[in-house]
Amino acid sequence: MTIAAKLLAAEGSSPIMPHLYELVVGGFAFFAVLFVVGKILTPRIQKTLAERTEAIEGGIQKAQDAQAEAQALLAQYKEQLAEARHEASRLREEAREQGAQIKAELREEAQAEARRLIEAAHVQIEADRQQAFAQLRAELGRLSIDLAGRIVGESLEDEARQRRTVDRFLEELESSNAAVR
Amino acid sequence: MKALTVLAADEFKAPGLELFELPPIISGVTWFTKPVLLALLSSLVVVLFCWSAFGNPKLVPRGIQNVGEYGYMFVRDQVARPFLGKDADRWMGLLLSLFFMVWVWNLMGVIPFLQFPVASHIAFPIVLAGTVYLIKIYLGMKHQGPIGYFKNMMFPPGLPKGIYVLLAPIELLSNMIVAPFTHAVRLFANMFAGHIILAFFSAVGFWFLFEKLTPLGAPVGIVSVVMAIAMTGLELFIQFLQAFLFALLAAMYIGNSLHAEH
Repeated sequence: MTIAAKLLAAEGSSPIMPHLYELVVGGFAFFAVLFVVGKILTPRIQKTLAERTEAIEGGIQKAQDAQAEAQALLAQYKEQLAEARHEASRLREEAREQGAQIKAELREEAQAEARRLIEAAHVQIEADRQQAFAQLRAELGRLSIDLAGRIVGESLEDEARQRRTVDRFLEELESSNAAVR
Repeated sequence: MKALTVLAADEFKAPGLELFELPPIISGVTWFTKPVLLALLSSLVVVLFCWSAFGNPKLVPRGIQNVGEYGYMFVRDQVARPFLGKDADRWMGLLLSLFFMVWVWNLMGVIPFLQFPVASHIAFPIVLAGTVYLIKIYLGMKHQGPIGYFKNMMFPPGLPKGIYVLLAPIELLSNMIVAPFTHAVRLFANMFAGHIILAFFSAVGFWFLFEKLTPLGAPVGIVSVVMAIAMTGLELFIQFLQAFLFALLAAMYIGNSLHAEH
């Protein structure tokens, strides 16, 4: 086939005029694709894409839930911690108060004890003094009579009278003593 | 005629329309030509690709499903949703088929040894554009009523009355005749011209580097080969762009039929 002949053939049919058999084959080729790709495959991928969107949204939801839960837990822990701190400070305060109270009580007790001891000592001293005084009085009477007897040179016969005289003397002495005191 | 035969002998002859006149592959079966074979092959490629990508889709995509989903997302987000909004998913089957079909048809133009863009034979774009045209008219009449469809088309509301004298016939012509015609011819012409350009630079390179190698002609041949490579790159881009545009226009026509303009 020479080029000239080819050119002639080209001139014979315009490129803008469709061949009938190409229309038929083109139609078949396109509708086959449209059927398989458009009718069968596209719904499949659309379904998968929708499922994927759902799965991702579900995952995000799950993550958000977990985060919310964690935050709630954190808040709870914080609250518990604050409560514990508060409790501890309250206990400390209470202990301090109790300590102070105990200290005050102990001091009171000690003071009372001391007072009681002093009181007892006073009583004891008074008793001792009384006893010593009584002893001394008896001794003093005897010694005075003895002495007076020796001085007078004779023993006084009436002992009862003697005793009265001494007692009177001593009472005078005691009353003068008390007046001084 | 005589001049042509003389010229053919010894001088360079740029490739022309004869590029698109292909003899039957099996002599005697006149319909079984290279574009017919490639059209059938393209359908097979699209079906096989889509089947391996979407046949058994997984929630977590792997391998070819990723590639397929990339194409699906592209058509959905760039083509379907801007024009169809909430109706996008219902028309994804058609738009995805159109996009993949046209793109693979176009790619046949640069695949070594095949090297013939199917859409450069106008019958193939006509099939697609015609299908879209029929769907467009059917949907328009269904959703806007047979009279309402033409009324909305020719008499869009909100214009001064005098304008309609001009606008009505223009809109009718534009929607009913020009739109489907340009829809098909835009794709056809781009692929037709692209194929001629690639053939031209290849032929010049072959002529000056192999058939008539001369010191003066060799640089021309080299430039020509470089241009052929560069043009192949450009052609790859145009092939994708035209597939995108074809699906985009289809989505636009369908969208306009579903909802009256304005």
